[in-house]
Amino acid sequence: MSAVLQRPAQSSRGPGLRARLSAFSTRHRSISVIVGMAITAAVLPLIVLLPPFSSFSGQSIWIDGFTIAGIYVLLALGLNIVVGLSGLLDLGYAAFFAIGAYTYAFAASPFTGNEFPFWPMLLVGAVMAAIFGILLGAPTLRLRGDYLAIVTLGFGEIVPIVILNSSKYTDGPNGIGGITPPSIGDFLFPTTGNPWPFYLTMLALITLSMILIYRLQDSRLGRAWMAIREDELAAAANGVNTVTTKLLAFALGASTAGLAGVFLASKLQTVTPNLFRFDVSFTVLAMVVLGGMGNVWGVAIGAFIIFMIQSVFLKQLNLFFDNVHVPILSDVDFLQYQFLLYGIALVAMMLLRPEGLFPSRRRRRELHTEEDAEFGEHGDPMGAAPE
Amino acid sequence: MSMAQTADIGVRPADEATAEPSILLEARGLTRRFGGLVACRDVDLRIPAGGIVSIIGPNGAGKTTFFNVVAGIMDPSGGTVVFRGRTLITMPRRTWLEPIFWVLPAAIALLVTYLLGAFNGEESSTAVGMLVVIAVLATTLLTAIIRPRWYSRLMDRFGILRSARPNDVVAAGIGRTFQNIRLFQNMTALENVLVGMHLKLRSNLGDHLISSPRQRTDEEAAARRASELLALVGLQGIENELAKNLPYGDQRRLELARALANDPVLLLLDEPTAGMNPNETSEMTALIGRLRSDLGVSVLLIEHDMRVVMGISDHILVLDHGERIAEGTPEEVRKNQRVIEAYLGTGAS
Repeated sequence: MSAVLQRPAQSSRGPGLRARLSAFSTRHRSISVIVGMAITAAVLPLIVLLPPFSSFSGQSIWIDGFTIAGIYVLLALGLNIVVGLSGLLDLGYAAFFAIGAYTYAFAASPFTGNEFPFWPMLLVGAVMAAIFGILLGAPTLRLRGDYLAIVTLGFGEIVPIVILNSSKYTDGPNGIGGITPPSIGDFLFPTTGNPWPFYLTMLALITLSMILIYRLQDSRLGRAWMAIREDELAAAANGVNTVTTKLLAFALGASTAGLAGVFLASKLQTVTPNLFRFDVSFTVLAMVVLGGMGNVWGVAIGAFIIFMIQSVFLKQLNLFFDNVHVPILSDVDFLQYQFLLYGIALVAMMLLRPEGLFPSRRRRRELHTEEDAEFGEHGDPMGAAPE
Repeated sequence: MSMAQTADIGVRPADEATAEPSILLEARGLTRRFGGLVACRDVDLRIPAGGIVSIIGPNGAGKTTFFNVVAGIMDPSGGTVVFRGRTLITMPRRTWLEPIFWVLPAAIALLVTYLLGAFNGEESSTAVGMLVVIAVLATTLLTAIIRPRWYSRLMDRFGILRSARPNDVVAAGIGRTFQNIRLFQNMTALENVLVGMHLKLRSNLGDHLISSPRQRTDEEAAARRASELLALVGLQGIENELAKNLPYGDQRRLELARALANDPVLLLLDEPTAGMNPNETSEMTALIGRLRSDLGVSVLLIEHDMRVVMGISDHILVLDHGERIAEGTPEEVRKNQRVIEAYLGTGAS
């Protein structure tokens, strides 16, 4: 009895604060994103100084890992526009990542002899990727669902293979090395030792992308994307130009990947076609789905967590079982089973929590409407009344 | 009386001065075939400004096909639709010529780069030449896919005609609802109406990205107007409900509000009272009447419920097997022998 009485009291206090916080963050999206990212930027380097994490590796290696994780966060944010908002299943997303990376590799490496500065190249890489996004989008405008997935899958395979085989222009499987890292004035970003410049740059890029994506999502363009996801014909019958809207979704999604690609090239200082294979597309898609399709923060956190699990947790698992000498488990290389784990996680997710770890409010209502099941039945009340 | 000859009916804006100013929409000889089946044959229809015109007929009479053709969802197999003096819907003509215009700029680019010496054997200049040609080709094809207005006008000048797309029809001032409700199920009622307002909002991509003052005032005004529209159809206070969670009658009203959001001159309503109880039906009928008197919207209605049709229509068109069998005021249609036969079978009267 007392438990029953207690619960409402607790929940009334919780939502009050939460509701006020969420109301504030809805009204001041940009401020809340900046504050959130600033807190993240400050807290992450401190957390890794605490016991369980500090024993894995030193702080600077951790921060380096966070920077790479940030690249995946950017990719997931971009794919979220295409898959989460517009409902266009894109399985070849790594292609745009590759285009961004090779754009910077051509612009600032001894291989071509060019020396363009990093910062404007961020924009150029994004624009190049956006152009290819449109080029991919244009022929696939009439496709939806599985068919679109197959075509984009093909495009995702074509780009690395073209790069691999045109060895004259890309040095084939060896890739392009010696890419110039970014610099501010005379200060060249250090590639070893001090990880902070790259870390902070990455966080700035993510913050900027999140702010812009939130703005797009709340604009008429964002609503048009959602309308196309829901019902393309009805969207067209309400004045949405489905052609340009879909092309914009492809272009803006791709441009985020291009941004990530330029950053990757400058961070690793080398690009090879191997970095952009199908598993990247798949990993990013898994991040979007697991994180919660359509929710910007959810996707970002989902991407971060999955990357950390893949790059830190599995490695530690290997070390742990090596040290404790468990008979079979110590022989297993968990890193090799990464995709098995993704698969299991995705299946489990679809069964238990189809809206993702951090769903948008909309998705949660969409998928949990037991109480409204009766009304849900009315979704297509005419039943047989096709166009 | 056949008006089937589509080819020579005025399709250029210049020829359309003949249309009477009071006629809002005029369909001439509209035909649509599905393979061997003629769903709609030579249908003529005139909707005067401010009128309510109904299309009735037994199931499979071609009413919805007629609607879909007028709304730009499918191309007609013949005939035209002129809306406010502008030919909106027409059979595609000379479209086989269009690919010439797609490759023409690329061919010119090829010629120019060749004359400039791009293909003189040097590898770098060849690459540049190729890139230019491919870029020109891609740009042209993209333009053809996006089909901006200037492109349509240019094609028009060469006699290449394509029918308007659904969004162009909406832009011209025609709103529609669907027979089987097609709301954006997982968006809120307010967002549904805001999507309907898409063409009213003038902010562009740049405004979205920098969240400009224009964007903000635009959005606020749109949200206010959307709430007004919801109130107009009797849906106050449900702004933040998901569309799919609304009761059936409210979904119909919401679809009507969404169709009204673009301030249409003409509304196409496809069975607006289907599946409603008598009470809801009479409310909807009153609402449609109010739309005309308050907003000055003309209405083209498909309906099975004779009380609705006879109650509010000025003019009724009866279709059967895709053909017009009768036309006139409700009184005339009610007494028409062929209509009675079509509905009840021969020998029924």
